Amino acid sequence: MSSTATATKHEDHGHDSHGHGPDAHAHHPEQNFFMKYLWSTDHKIIGMQYLFTGMFMALIGGFTVYAFRMQQAFPGMSIPGYGRVTATDYNALVTTHGSVMIFWVAMPVLIAALGNYLIPLMIGCDDMVFPRLNRLSYQIFLVSVIVLIASFFVEGGAFGGAWTSYPPLSAKAQYNLTPLGAPMWLFAVALEFAAFLMGGINFVTTVMNSRAPGMKMFDVPIVVWSIIIASILFMASVGPLIAGAVMMLFDQTLGTAFFDPNKGGDPVLWQHLFWFFGHPEVYVVMLPAMGIVAEVIATFSRKKLFAYKTVLYTMIGTGALSFFVWAHHQFIAGIDPRMANIFSVTTLLISIPVAEMLFVYIATLYGGSIRLTTPMLWALAFIGEFLLGGVTGIFLGSSGADIYFHDTYFVLAHFHYTFFPIAFIAVFAAMTYWFPKMFGRYMNEAWGKVHFWGTIVSFNFIFIPLFLLGARGDHRRIFDYTHFPDLMKPGMQDLRILATLSLVVLLSFQVIFLVNFFLSMVKGEKAPANPWKSNTLEWVAPSPPPHGNFPEGLPTVHRGPYEYSHPDRQDDYWPQNAS
Amino acid sequence: MSSFPRPIATTRSVTGISTGKLAVWWLIASEIVIFGGVLGSYLMHRIGHPEWASQAAHTNTVFGAVNTFVLLTSSLFAVMAHQAADQKDGKKAAKFLYLTTLGAVIFLIIKSVEWTGEIQHGFTITSHTFWSFYYTAAGIHGVHVIVGAIIMLVIANDARKGIDLQRVEAVGLYWHFVDIVWIFLFPLLYIAK
Amino acid sequence: MSADATTPHDAAHGGGHTTHHYPYVKIWGVLLVLLALSVIGPMLGHPIVTLLTAFGIAFVKAFIVIKYFMHLTVEKKYIGFLLLVMIAFMLVFVGGVSPDVMKHEGQRWVNTAAQDVVTKGLAADKAAEGHEGKHE
Ligand code: HEM
Ligand SMILES: [Cu+2]
Repeated sequence: MSSTATATKHEDHGHDSHGHGPDAHAHHPEQNFFMKYLWSTDHKIIGMQYLFTGMFMALIGGFTVYAFRMQQAFPGMSIPGYGRVTATDYNALVTTHGSVMIFWVAMPVLIAALGNYLIPLMIGCDDMVFPRLNRLSYQIFLVSVIVLIASFFVEGGAFGGAWTSYPPLSAKAQYNLTPLGAPMWLFAVALEFAAFLMGGINFVTTVMNSRAPGMKMFDVPIVVWSIIIASILFMASVGPLIAGAVMMLFDQTLGTAFFDPNKGGDPVLWQHLFWFFGHPEVYVVMLPAMGIVAEVIATFSRKKLFAYKTVLYTMIGTGALSFFVWAHHQFIAGIDPRMANIFSVTTLLISIPVAEMLFVYIATLYGGSIRLTTPMLWALAFIGEFLLGGVTGIFLGSSGADIYFHDTYFVLAHFHYTFFPIAFIAVFAAMTYWFPKMFGRYMNEAWGKVHFWGTIVSFNFIFIPLFLLGARGDHRRIFDYTHFPDLMKPGMQDLRILATLSLVVLLSFQVIFLVNFFLSMVKGEKAPANPWKSNTLEWVAPSPPPHGNFPEGLPTVHRGPYEYSHPDRQDDYWPQNAS
Repeated sequence: MSSFPRPIATTRSVTGISTGKLAVWWLIASEIVIFGGVLGSYLMHRIGHPEWASQAAHTNTVFGAVNTFVLLTSSLFAVMAHQAADQKDGKKAAKFLYLTTLGAVIFLIIKSVEWTGEIQHGFTITSHTFWSFYYTAAGIHGVHVIVGAIIMLVIANDARKGIDLQRVEAVGLYWHFVDIVWIFLFPLLYIAK
Repeated sequence: MSADATTPHDAAHGGGHTTHHYPYVKIWGVLLVLLALSVIGPMLGHPIVTLLTAFGIAFVKAFIVIKYFMHLTVEKKYIGFLLLVMIAFMLVFVGGVSPDVMKHEGQRWVNTAAQDVVTKGLAADKAAEGHEGKHE
């Protein structure tokens, strides 16, 4: 209660501060813990809030996958740390895993955390243009987290209709048996969208209007561009799903029939509304990951990023194309086969720009003086692993092949070969790369490499078996395979067990990361302002940057972000602000 | 932190468009697709279901037309507030913004009267999928009217004291957008029978 | 959203305010005439006239509001372009969805549930009309 009072007071004061003008920044009185870490309008603190919330949600996502994979490998077993998984539990666990990892881990970490932390620093200004809107965005996001977690404990349990939430299963409580879980899940997702819409508008406006003097369009680092393009994609695609979510909520709670064909609605409409968002969404998370990799690769090959403009235009092109492919998720959902042809063609087309970005990164590596630091290892692994995800997408995009592959473990392995590199491999690259900036200390390299190899090897041992299973027709979303003799052919259960055991290995290696992360925060070796000798502006600020970011005055930009190993220079880097 | 210091970021304007206005343009862009989703879905159903015409026949064009008139007029006040703000006349700008808000309130009152009557006649949100769309589309629009009215009051209060006059134009843009959505909702829900 | 808008400084930075103001009351008058037309047109009961007056005029009204009230035509070009792109995406959406949702049959598929609803609904309408006819 008292905290709310403080808050209001603070807001009131906000209003009469307009006269201060630009130099209002000079004085920063000591702030108490609450104001500094929980009610802050500082973009860095808000970025951290998103980061730590995302990491916490990743634990939930990891725990749920542990429980339901164990059930698949050892059906009926009482799972250590969970107990027996019932069929209802199974559905809820799968749904929670999927929605948490995409909406509450990938999105907040890749877009919100990195966007908030990096954008003002990298474009050389002191904060976002709407700091209070930014704070509100995180608070709404936090409410969405609370609503989602609360839904695990209500009567009927958490929603179990998959992260895609298809009707009729999701629309009627008599089918999904989660009269409260389903609407709460939907409400949480809607809140999360609202939070990211606000964040996105803030990001785009900030980058358009508040760049450092001298920073022209093509001087903006690729990672900033990628977050901006992703935010715009999100803004442009989420609208129909917000509308759809309202319709779905009314179907669930009021008993309307938007998605009931017997009363003039249409269940396929939901699928369209969902995937019109859902496909651009995969590029919403992919682009920032690609951006991170560009930064890391340029820095650690000490070479100018190959074809900056090509990468940029390719990102825009990928974003635009991503609005024309959504129905490849519905090839056998009852859509017209003639439309399936069109969507097959567009889907195959989109793999061209995706491949192009990977080629550009390989070309950047070519002839560079490569340093295999932990972030660089992650970035290189991203290229290799993501490639496999992209290539298998081509199989699925061919509508004929997809008749067989749809809803098998092949699809599941495909999108994990894309999502895991994005949401974890690239994020680990980012965290290890920017850690010295965020906390002023290095992370431990040796443990970082142990974590890297443990994660990468076990990751492949999870999903290669799942590709094989999928190719043999193993269907997704089955609670207990012993009921399906066709799916219990010799060797199939062994592959399931292999995948599950590898998952356990992968999860245990994350403990190393967490320990390394939190220990390095307090005990790591002290890092200077520019430990990797990078060019972009965030390395001009002290590590960690204080409130206001650049105590020596906001920087002015003289060149692009990737001038490494310039022939006229003695140093092999040339900071953007150096004159 | 005794006050809220505006960051320098807020005072920059690389594009030449003021930051608040730029943000409102992006907001409008993201709203276009929200309304696009509802109206697109409605339109496809409406064309695919000729039998909905007999339900649509029960909507009351007079209510719809009067409300269009109210919103158009409130838009006029919003743009006059913008003009006053450009002339640095905060008092006048506030006066026009209050009038715009009054328009929003009248709109909502008319809407409630209309809906009450319809619900009493048995045309509820669940009675037919036409009515589901009718209430949902107009309801989402109505929420925008309410939010717009509240923001306009806040901005008008500041403008009255001569504070942050540039916000008057920004909120006006948003209000015109809400008006335009209604301009399309009106024929879609009331006239096409 | 706007609660966080810019400082007074901004106007100075933003190249000064040079919005051209139009005779707004006259424009409002035009809008009202158009509104009247869009109500009267459909009363004639001619389908083409209805379409033109109801929907055609909506576009004209929207255009007037956008041009004269929102000053979009004197705004930076990319703003208008952005809004157009958003509308284009919606057309893509409707274009991709309508073969499945607006139509109830296609290449080797029939949506029998939707067809039933349509036939039953139309039959009920006829019956109701017949009823009214008898009563009168
Ligand atoms: C290289 C271009 C890509 C192509 C051609 C492609 C193609 C496809 C196709 C055709 C499907 C539908 C399979 C089915 O359900 O039968 C699919 C599923 C999926 N893809 Fe991709 N994809 C590509 C890249 C990506 C990327 C970059 C991501 C993620 C960031 C991704 C994430 C997903 C997800 C999450 C699903 C399954 C969703 C579900 O059913 O739960 N894809 N992909
Ligand atoms: Cu897709």
